Amino acid sequence: MDLTSLTIDSARSAIAERKTTALALAEAHYAHIQKENAQIGAYLTLSKERALEQADRIDRMAAEGKPLPALGGVPVGIKDVMSTRGVRTTAGSKSLEHYIPPYDCTAVARMEAAGAVVLGKLNCDEFAMGSSNENSAFRPVRNPRDLARVPGGSSGGSAAAVAANMAVATLGSDTGGSIRQPASFCGVVGLMPTYGRVSRYGLIAFASSLDHIGPLTKTVKDAAIVLRAIAGRDPMDSTSADVPVPDYVAELDKPVRGMKIGVAQEYFAEGLDDEVRQAVESAIEKLKNLGCEIVPVSLPHTAYAIPTYYLIATAEASANLARYDGVRCSLRARGVKTLSEMYRRSREEGFGAEVKRRIMLGTYALSAGYYDAYYLKAQKVRTLLTRDFDEAFAKVDAIVTPTSPTAAFRLGEKSNDPLAMYLADIYTVTADLAGIPGISIPCGKTKENLPIGLQILGKHFDESTILRLAHAYEACR
Amino acid sequence: MKVTDKDVVYVAELANLELTGEERRTMLRDLNSILEYMDRLNELDTSDVPPMAQVSDRHGVDESKQGSERFAYASREDIVEGLRKSLPHKEALANAPDADADFFRVPKVIER
Repeated sequence: MDLTSLTIDSARSAIAERKTTALALAEAHYAHIQKENAQIGAYLTLSKERALEQADRIDRMAAEGKPLPALGGVPVGIKDVMSTRGVRTTAGSKSLEHYIPPYDCTAVARMEAAGAVVLGKLNCDEFAMGSSNENSAFRPVRNPRDLARVPGGSSGGSAAAVAANMAVATLGSDTGGSIRQPASFCGVVGLMPTYGRVSRYGLIAFASSLDHIGPLTKTVKDAAIVLRAIAGRDPMDSTSADVPVPDYVAELDKPVRGMKIGVAQEYFAEGLDDEVRQAVESAIEKLKNLGCEIVPVSLPHTAYAIPTYYLIATAEASANLARYDGVRCSLRARGVKTLSEMYRRSREEGFGAEVKRRIMLGTYALSAGYYDAYYLKAQKVRTLLTRDFDEAFAKVDAIVTPTSPTAAFRLGEKSNDPLAMYLADIYTVTADLAGIPGISIPCGKTKENLPIGLQILGKHFDESTILRLAHAYEACR
Repeated sequence: MKVTDKDVVYVAELANLELTGEERRTMLRDLNSILEYMDRLNELDTSDVPPMAQVSDRHGVDESKQGSERFAYASREDIVEGLRKSLPHKEALANAPDADADFFRVPKVIER
């Protein structure tokens, strides 16, 4: 048995049936990480002590013949924007290079409560700001499918780790596409749940009204298992919704025949790569063959999504990142004489170029004289974008689109042109703005053998439907 | 050019960022190019559209109630210890670049 190519289900049952142990599984993953990570750069920190302790706990349960929890003994990785008690959490930023959180993020705690073995912390764009993982203060992540290319971002380490078998599953975060786009680039499954479905407590904030935590996995079923483990109301996050969590796995095999699937021409417009278009169109054809009804829908404000997103996200970021002032836990510049000099120099040294750019843009959009023209305007267009989805979902059960206009681009290709980089998020930001769930699943490859992603968007709190569709497509792909 | 070098300096000051000369030049170029793209929002008439601050406004809200009562789902009992115990001083100060036994320490506060 190849211990590093297992899914959640196969790993858990192999332990339960005593074919292997959680310890052996963790050790096999660490050995693989040791071999691969220098090249790929997915992990920033390993949490070996914590992992082996948890593995031992699971092995004792298995030895006693106790039933294992849903993620019992499953080796996972966590994006380094989620706080882990006693384990360094950097958010990919120099300003938090030495930060060791005194508490756990709720999603991580729930993963562990469900038996997961946390191997370590995964590289990402600094404060989750980026679409290529080149904004990490420590090192870029390389795409395991082609080392000259980016893994996508900002959860690049989370996607690469799954693609390279350095974890069975990982957690990522999605503010404008940061789970789905890297999943698409690396050929894995990435699920962004509905806003409020998963608690954000302990997630290092980028844009609070847009931040989501979700899984990256090898299969749709694994995504359903992880979501079930982390979803649900958390009193520590007042925006986490008190909406019952269904048994996503049990819902997976329900029929998809007769489902209405929307296709919006706005997601097949100029800028979409031909090979991506063909792959997505043939996926839509397969869904039709499964008995789904394809319905044209219109999302007329899509062209305004990128400006809306980058105004709102940067405005919120400029407020959230004010806390990194060199006082409590972030880098402090040396040799400063006054408090105000300390603030400015610490932030100058601690933040990278993209983070500064976004803080500046957000501060500008919120500043006196520009608030109405930029921030308030963007909030109003956010309403229009959300209404687009409301109207479309009155007619259909799900909407299918490409996840990204292109397959993975080369390292350095867009890093000097911030606007070109922002436009890479064109098909993903809309779901974050509207708060609806979305999943990206592999749907073929380009001639250069690069993965292409199919995005399925669903109604608020209806992850079941998009998981079910994704699962049906995965089975016939 | 919408944004001037003076604006860049002013916004950097608001954001407590100290930019180098090179950073100031790049920032000027990037902000102008990005904001020019953002201007396409003005093609839309939004005079009758309410702003949307967050998605949670749409879920769990009790429409039959008034004011903050509508958001009752988000509130909890006010308990002294909160939902978790406060961190002990030592733990809370453990990541501080400079602290004594009880407090974070910062350089002298002098008005700019």
